[in-house]
Amino acid sequence: MHHEGLGAVRWLLLFFVTVAVMLICLALGSVSIPLADTVRILLKALGFRAGGEISSSYETILLTVRLPRVLCCALSGASLSISGCTMQGLLRNQLADGSTLGVSSGAALGAVLAIALGFTLPGFPFAGTLVAAMLFSVLSLVLILTLTWRLDRSLSTDTLILMGIVFSMFVSALLSLVITLFPKKLTSITFWTMGSLAGSNYQNALVLAVMLAVLGGIMLTHARELNAFAISEENAGHIGVNVRRSRVLLMAAASLLVGACVSVGGSIGFVGLVTPHIMRLIVGPDHKKLLPASLFAGAIFLMLTDLISRTIASPRELPIGVVTSLIGAVVFVMTFYKTRNRRGA
Amino acid sequence: MDKKIEARFKPVIPLLKASRITVRYGSFYNNDTRKNAGRNEGKTAVSGVSFDLLPGQWLMVVGPNGAGKSTLLNSLTGTVKAEKESSIRLMGQDITTMKKTQIARLMGMLDQQHDIGYDFYVRDIVALGRYAYRKGMFSGLSEEDRQAIDDALAKTGLTDLEDRRVTTLSGGERQRVFLAQLFAQDPSILLLDEPANHLDLIYQKQIFSLIQEWLDRPGRAVISVVHDLSLARKYGTHALLLDKGSPKAQGPIDHVLTRQNLKDVYNIDVYAWMQELLKTWEE
Repeated sequence: MHHEGLGAVRWLLLFFVTVAVMLICLALGSVSIPLADTVRILLKALGFRAGGEISSSYETILLTVRLPRVLCCALSGASLSISGCTMQGLLRNQLADGSTLGVSSGAALGAVLAIALGFTLPGFPFAGTLVAAMLFSVLSLVLILTLTWRLDRSLSTDTLILMGIVFSMFVSALLSLVITLFPKKLTSITFWTMGSLAGSNYQNALVLAVMLAVLGGIMLTHARELNAFAISEENAGHIGVNVRRSRVLLMAAASLLVGACVSVGGSIGFVGLVTPHIMRLIVGPDHKKLLPASLFAGAIFLMLTDLISRTIASPRELPIGVVTSLIGAVVFVMTFYKTRNRRGA
Repeated sequence: MDKKIEARFKPVIPLLKASRITVRYGSFYNNDTRKNAGRNEGKTAVSGVSFDLLPGQWLMVVGPNGAGKSTLLNSLTGTVKAEKESSIRLMGQDITTMKKTQIARLMGMLDQQHDIGYDFYVRDIVALGRYAYRKGMFSGLSEEDRQAIDDALAKTGLTDLEDRRVTTLSGGERQRVFLAQLFAQDPSILLLDEPANHLDLIYQKQIFSLIQEWLDRPGRAVISVVHDLSLARKYGTHALLLDKGSPKAQGPIDHVLTRQNLKDVYNIDVYAWMQELLKTWEE
């Protein structure tokens, strides 16, 4: 009855669903490519011999536009989701997420400042924004937690979220200010506050993949510690968890990963809130199951949201963050009501 | 010398040796992160407490509100940092040089109440008691771990509840879940902070009997903070009476919980008051 971890069947199931969704997202769009052709083009690109005629325009659309975009969606979704899941476990707070804590806004400000001030590294075009976004996301989290801690040492849900929202608003104002001051250098404010993965390339995908492998790996190997934190921090100390070390490590990993995502696609809100919440209802709060489940579910969620955002009002494209926020805000309110009611009971 | 006699005179190494424990709130050493900790800033909560805990002992830490009982216990686990002059030795080893998992294998703690963040299964919580024994980052539970978890569940009468969500349990059951976690952790020393304070009498008796049973095995000892002096007398072998953070008396329970000592610390004739309470039951 009790399984440690997710179990092979569930892993495989999640993996196949993710691959299936990826294929669908690659096939559908302003120009729809038949699924069989999609698979053939991919196989050919991977070096396999694929029979039959393949339209070269399909190949161009798929390989230069759609594939990097879908890959970035999957990787960002997985990263934001696993980071959100980690923050929720660590802070024992179901509403914690890069966007609700203000970490995403902080990262966006970092990226914008890097562009405005021309901070780049030679040979690696977006290293400047990447480094700045990651740095600012960690700083934001440290600042928010310190401010909250000084007010309320138990870091209660309400205080933390309130502080996160106030911080987000403050940073958004700074963001607008910087963008207004440097209108020529910067993409629209919507990109940074709502997020978009429309222009992603393979380099972006590679960066996200490396970050997810390293930082996500840290989170996955600390599932037991996260369980202990999720039960209670004091109890974690009693059973032998090195509370301070684990907390710093996991906080840093989660915020750095959010920062990397923001540097690629702007701050796409609520992804880290929605998918862990739904997965917790399905697999329960055990992080040995919840972390991998959230990882896959986040990838699936963001790929589908991206599909909706580029097809629903076609030929116009909605910013992806609009769609995630519309869904996320509803889930946020539902979760907030539920936790409130439980406490009241 | 005859081996038997030699063994009898061999000095017993204390399971825990505490020397000059002093805790000052708001000092450099203190990093108490619990709620309301800031309220006590600058106050000396515990001052100069020393004791040896030997196998078989159940040490009751008693004293009025604010005497520093819980703070003393928290300083032993490291939740609250003691001042520099304090020293704690576990099985002869300086606790500051030990790894957290190493400490957890020797000493475990049961809190007064548990505000659980998420809806975990009973078995998941008990299984976390084996955290200190894990071999590597990826290794799962060993056969030994599973055995310890099953035993702990059986001993606390939770076997039938192992697949229940912890939020569906009563306060008494929930406290037993954490006691089971502690049993699965299998330390030599149990630290208990008012383990049955908010529980109905039946659960109170249950918890204390389970701990008493646990203590019957050789090489084990218990330190607990209790408010109820009758409970302290019934279960304790030794006592440490604290008055405003300083030890007023310590030693075998009969020598510590005397009428005069209690009167000095509690400012009330405890014995007479208990007599009066009992009288209300007589018909």
